[in-house]
Amino acid sequence: MIELEGLTKRYGAKLAVDRLTFTVRPGIVTGFLGPNGAGKSTTMRMMIGLDRPTAGDVRIDGRHYADLRDPLTYIGALLEAKAVHGGRSAYNHLLCLAQSNGIPRSRVHEVLETVGLTSVAKKRAKGFSMGMGQRLGIAAALLGDPRILMFDEPVNGLDPEGIHWIRNLMKRLAAEGRTVFVSSHLMSEMALTADHLVVIGQGRLLADTSMPEFIAQNSRSYVRLRAPEQERLRDLLDGAGITKVTAAKDGSLEAEGTDAARLGELAAEHGLVLHELSPQQASLEDAFMQLTAESVEYHAHSGGAAGAVDGHVLAEPPVAGVTAAGATTAGQPAAPAAEWGAGWREQQSGGRKSRKGS
Amino acid sequence: MTATRVLQSEWTKIRSVQSTIWTLALAVVVTLALGALISIVTRNTFDDMPTQDRLFFDPTFVSFAGMGLGQLAMIVFGVLVVSNEYSTGMIRSSLAAVPRRGTFLFSKIAVAALLALVIGMITSFGAFFLGQALLGEHRASIGDQGVLRAVFGGGLYMALIAVFSMGIAAMLRSPMLSLGILMPFFFIISNILGNVDATRKVGQYLPDQAGSKVMQVITRPDNSAPYGPWGGLAIMAAWVVAALIGGYLVIKNRDA
Repeated sequence: MIELEGLTKRYGAKLAVDRLTFTVRPGIVTGFLGPNGAGKSTTMRMMIGLDRPTAGDVRIDGRHYADLRDPLTYIGALLEAKAVHGGRSAYNHLLCLAQSNGIPRSRVHEVLETVGLTSVAKKRAKGFSMGMGQRLGIAAALLGDPRILMFDEPVNGLDPEGIHWIRNLMKRLAAEGRTVFVSSHLMSEMALTADHLVVIGQGRLLADTSMPEFIAQNSRSYVRLRAPEQERLRDLLDGAGITKVTAAKDGSLEAEGTDAARLGELAAEHGLVLHELSPQQASLEDAFMQLTAESVEYHAHSGGAAGAVDGHVLAEPPVAGVTAAGATTAGQPAAPAAEWGAGWREQQSGGRKSRKGS
Repeated sequence: MTATRVLQSEWTKIRSVQSTIWTLALAVVVTLALGALISIVTRNTFDDMPTQDRLFFDPTFVSFAGMGLGQLAMIVFGVLVVSNEYSTGMIRSSLAAVPRRGTFLFSKIAVAALLALVIGMITSFGAFFLGQALLGEHRASIGDQGVLRAVFGGGLYMALIAVFSMGIAAMLRSPMLSLGILMPFFFIISNILGNVDATRKVGQYLPDQAGSKVMQVITRPDNSAPYGPWGGLAIMAAWVVAALIGGYLVIKNRDA
């Protein structure tokens, strides 16, 4: 179990992590979600004592990280940034970590086998591909057979096979009753692996909820209706007891709590012309975008400093995308969503490139 | 018990990278080769030297002539042992495994210092015996007054210069920055400060100027140092302690 209490990190004027309070519970995969730069890595670094919190507290099984005896046997961490001396072999890298925590040499062989690096154990880490480097990092995390595992963006830059492998590993570790805490900036990744979700933006806690709950709350399904006689359509819906109707910015109506068939029949009954009748499902990615867009908005106006939130000035460039995100409806990838995907693709191809290069 | 584990871990680290081998090998080879060369030249030109120089001829110190250059390899060794942790990112793995930063830093330095001391002694004794063999009739014997102290002190000097570099590297973190300051300082600046009359009063208290006093057997009449061989080494040791305290404070208080 990891408990954060008002955890705060300030770099000069910038508040990287802002009073985070949540608990990572054992036996499940907890996803730690937020856009790049939201403070995920900083939070994880504070959890294992690499960075000192400006304020607040984080405890591992009730104790501070520095007070853990043989910390690798409590918590294993895969950090985003490389943490290996390239001139040292994979075996010696793991051996020196094992020795410092009284972990037997045989365990080094075991974890090398687990991550599939036995054949290159004596090779220098310098020559490792992105995927092999990631596996070495995971081997180090597993070294002490810890009850808690922490992975910072573990699938970044990996090929599909590597991604698949990591997903299964995390599920297996959680199934063994371990605490798994994994960060990502991809909602789709979290939806596949996480049972519980912690969302942050600009260092602030935005959501702390179970995955099914998050899906239920955020994947809104509705029917989009467009009619030349919009007022009449509205009255018709009202009359039929369909009250959850919102007018979208493009002039269509969005009706919730009913299905397209019933609405079509209703319109036909009253001889109303429909130009559009389409069932819609807002994706989790959209829900996440909207959730974090607010924090981006907040950041854009107040420069990251604590201050009043002004959500209405939307003219500045960084905020333009947020307006679009607010108006996003399902099936139409709005501008920020496209950017999001583009960033993801870029990283993916970057990862492949580095694999080829090595 | 925990400390023993960390020492063992640091020993694995230090023996498993190539920079350890080539820096230490370079320290031995450069010191011995240059010392040998200068010993040969000295023997061949001994009769042409001024009377003053012949009168206060110090064969032990002559055989150590390569140390000025050899110590630079020791400095590189000391800097790399510490700063490689930062430049490679290994520090994050290391501190996750050993979160007590004082234990981490001083275990690392203890292991590296011990290794530097062993190599320093090999270098010092090697340079002495090789140099004396080449000096012919002008040679000194290890049994002569003050000679054993000087040779032993030479080994200590090499180890201390390495540890000093480790402390500086722990403060500065960057290998390039550390080497960029230490190399020119010990190779050029310190020599200028210690040999120019105007600055000698200050220069003689610099770590290498004070520390190298222990390697001299014969005191020249123009010697103005207010300390003896061990006093000089103590001054050097004080510098080393100061560097280590600085390094400790930095690692203790800064984010990794």
